[in-house]
Amino acid sequence: MKFIEIRDLQKIYNDSEHEVHAVRGIDLSFEEGEFAAIAGPSGCGKTTLLNILGGLDEPTRGTINIGGTNVNELKSSERINFRLNNIGFVFQAYNLIPVLTAKENVEFIMHLQGRPKAERDARTKELLEAVGLGDRLNSRPSKLSGGQQQRVAVARALASKPKFILADEPTANLDSKATENLLDIMEKLNKEENITFIFATHDARVMKKAKRVIYLEDGKILKDEVK
Amino acid sequence: MKEYFKLAWRNIWRNKRRTMITIASVFFALWLALIMRSIQVGSYSHMADGIVEAFTGSIQIHGDGYWEDRTLDKTFAQETSLMTKIESIENVKSVIPRLESFALASTGEQTKGIMVVGIDPERELELTHPDRKLIEGNYFEGSSDGVLVSSRLADFLGLKLNDTLTLLSSGYHGASAAGIYPVIGIIKMPNPELDRRIVYMTLPYAQELYGAYERLSSLVINVENSNLLDKTKKDISLVLDEEIYEIMDWKEMNPELVQQIQSDAAGGYIMLGMLYLIIGFGVLGTLIMMTTERRKEFGVMIAIGMQKKKLGLILTIEMLMMGAVGIIAGVIGSLPVIAYLVKTPIRFTGESAKMFEIYGFEPIMPAKLELSYFLAQSSVVLVIFILAIIYPVNSVMKLKEIKALRS
Repeated sequence: MKFIEIRDLQKIYNDSEHEVHAVRGIDLSFEEGEFAAIAGPSGCGKTTLLNILGGLDEPTRGTINIGGTNVNELKSSERINFRLNNIGFVFQAYNLIPVLTAKENVEFIMHLQGRPKAERDARTKELLEAVGLGDRLNSRPSKLSGGQQQRVAVARALASKPKFILADEPTANLDSKATENLLDIMEKLNKEENITFIFATHDARVMKKAKRVIYLEDGKILKDEVK
Repeated sequence: MKEYFKLAWRNIWRNKRRTMITIASVFFALWLALIMRSIQVGSYSHMADGIVEAFTGSIQIHGDGYWEDRTLDKTFAQETSLMTKIESIENVKSVIPRLESFALASTGEQTKGIMVVGIDPERELELTHPDRKLIEGNYFEGSSDGVLVSSRLADFLGLKLNDTLTLLSSGYHGASAAGIYPVIGIIKMPNPELDRRIVYMTLPYAQELYGAYERLSSLVINVENSNLLDKTKKDISLVLDEEIYEIMDWKEMNPELVQQIQSDAAGGYIMLGMLYLIIGFGVLGTLIMMTTERRKEFGVMIAIGMQKKKLGLILTIEMLMMGAVGIIAGVIGSLPVIAYLVKTPIRFTGESAKMFEIYGFEPIMPAKLELSYFLAQSSVVLVIFILAIIYPVNSVMKLKEIKALRS
C-alpha cells in the first residue's frame, strides 16, 4: 500500500444556480519522501484536491487513505488531531498568526501537541535557523517581508514533525530570489530529512524543481510525469 | 489552563486597538448605567428624606389602632422609661414625643379646622427643625405658652405676630378643649398641604389643652442609617407591648409617596432596560466585529490543528478579561462623576422647580453613592457581556475551516 492513496475522488460545489465539478474522479497515490507538484491552470481543481488531501474539505465521493487512516471517515475533532500530528501546511498568503512573533508562530503548533517547553524552544530555534531566520525570532509577521513570512510558514509546517507537507501556491506572492531561496530550503529538507512535499502550483520554477508533476485539467489528471 | 490565559493575554495585549474598542464599549455601558442609577436612587432617597424630615420621621410608635382612628382616646401614657429603652436600641438616633390632634382655629372673622402638634421643642430640633422654617418671630424658649402658625394658615386667618389664636376642640375622653394662645412665630412648611393647617405648641400646653395629661399620640423615631430601617423597626417592636402600641415606618404612613416612588422607579427601570438593550447590542456588535475580523486567523489555527473547543475557551477567556477590565474601569470612572453629583445635585428652576415644591421637596435631583447598585449594575453588565459572548464564541466553534481560510 502506498503512503497516500486517493481513489475515485470527486468534489462538486453546489451554488444556487449550478453545480461546479471541481474534481472529477481522481485516482492518485504518493510514496513517502516525494517532492511532487500538482500543476495546472486556475480552476483546474488543484487547490480543491490539496484541501481534501489535507482534511480541510470533504469530498463528494471517493476515499483518501493516509498511512492506513481513511481520512474522510474521521469526525471533525479527529480530523483536526490527524492534521496536527501528520500534516504541515504552507498557504499561499502565508497565514501566520499576526499577534505572534516568528518564534511563537512556529512554537504554537508544538504547544498544541503538548510538547515540553525545552523541546519547543530548541526545535523552534533549529527550524528558524534552517530557514535562515535565526536572527528574526522575535519579529511579528508585519515586520517581515513576504519571503521571510513564507519561510516562517515552512518552519511552522515542519515544527510538528509531520508525515508530509502540503503547500498551496507557496511562491505565488514571492519574487524570484525569495522563490529560489524557499525552494532550495524545501528541497534540502526533502533530501536530508526525507520529508514529503506536495505542492499545488502553476509556477514554472516550482514545477522545474519537483521530481514529479501531476497535471490537472477540468478536475481530471491530464498527465503524471515522474522525472 | 495557564497557557490558555497566556495566549488570551497575548491576543489582548498585542492588538491594542481592538482591545480598547471592546473595553470602551463595556466601560461606557457601565459608566452610563451607574450614573443613571445613582441619580434615580438619589432622587428616591431625596423624596423619602424630604417626607421623613418634614414630618413623619422614619418610624412612629402610636397607641394601638391610632393610625386608623386618630382620636385622643387612642393616645398612650408618656413614659420616660419607654423612651430611654428605645433610645438605647442600635441605629436609633433620637426619640421625639408628640401629641397631635385636631381643633377649630378662630380669629373672630375666620374659622378653620387645623392640626395641633404638641412638641418637645428641644427634641424636635433633631428631626424636623421647625426653627429653620421660621419666617417671622421666634422659636419656643423655655416653657413658652405661644404657638407657631404655618404661613398659609396665618394668611387665611389674617394672623400676625403677637396676635391671639383661639382653639376649640374635643379633648381626651370627650372633655371640652379650649384655649387662647399668642402667636410667637410664623413658619413656612415645605409641603403646601401642611402649610395650610399646622399649628405647633409645646407638649405640656397641648396636653393641657386636650386634657390629655402625660399622654402622647406618637413617639417619632429618627434613625442613623435608613438602610437598616426594617431591622430597627423589628428591634423596637421587641420592647413594645403589641396590645398597647403599634409601630409603623414612613412607608406605611405615606403609601401615596411610596406609590409615587414605585411608579417613578418603574419608569426608571424601563429607561435602564432600554439602556441595557443598547449596551447589549453595542457589546454584541463589538464582539462580532472582533471575531469576524479574525475569522481567517481562527481558520488557520483550526487548519493547523487547534481544536475548536480550545479556541472557544481561549476566546472566552480573552473576552472575559476585557469585560472585567471594562467593568472595573467603568466603576472607577463613574465614582468621581457620582461623587460630584452627590455634592452638587442637579438643580431645577422655573416650572420644573415649582412641581417639586408643590410636593414639598427641594427642587434638586441629587445622586447617591451606594454599594448595592454598584454591585447590581456591574453584575447586570457582566451578565449582558457573558450573553453577548455566547453568539460569537458559538459561531467560532461552528466555523468551517475551509470557508474561514477563504474569507
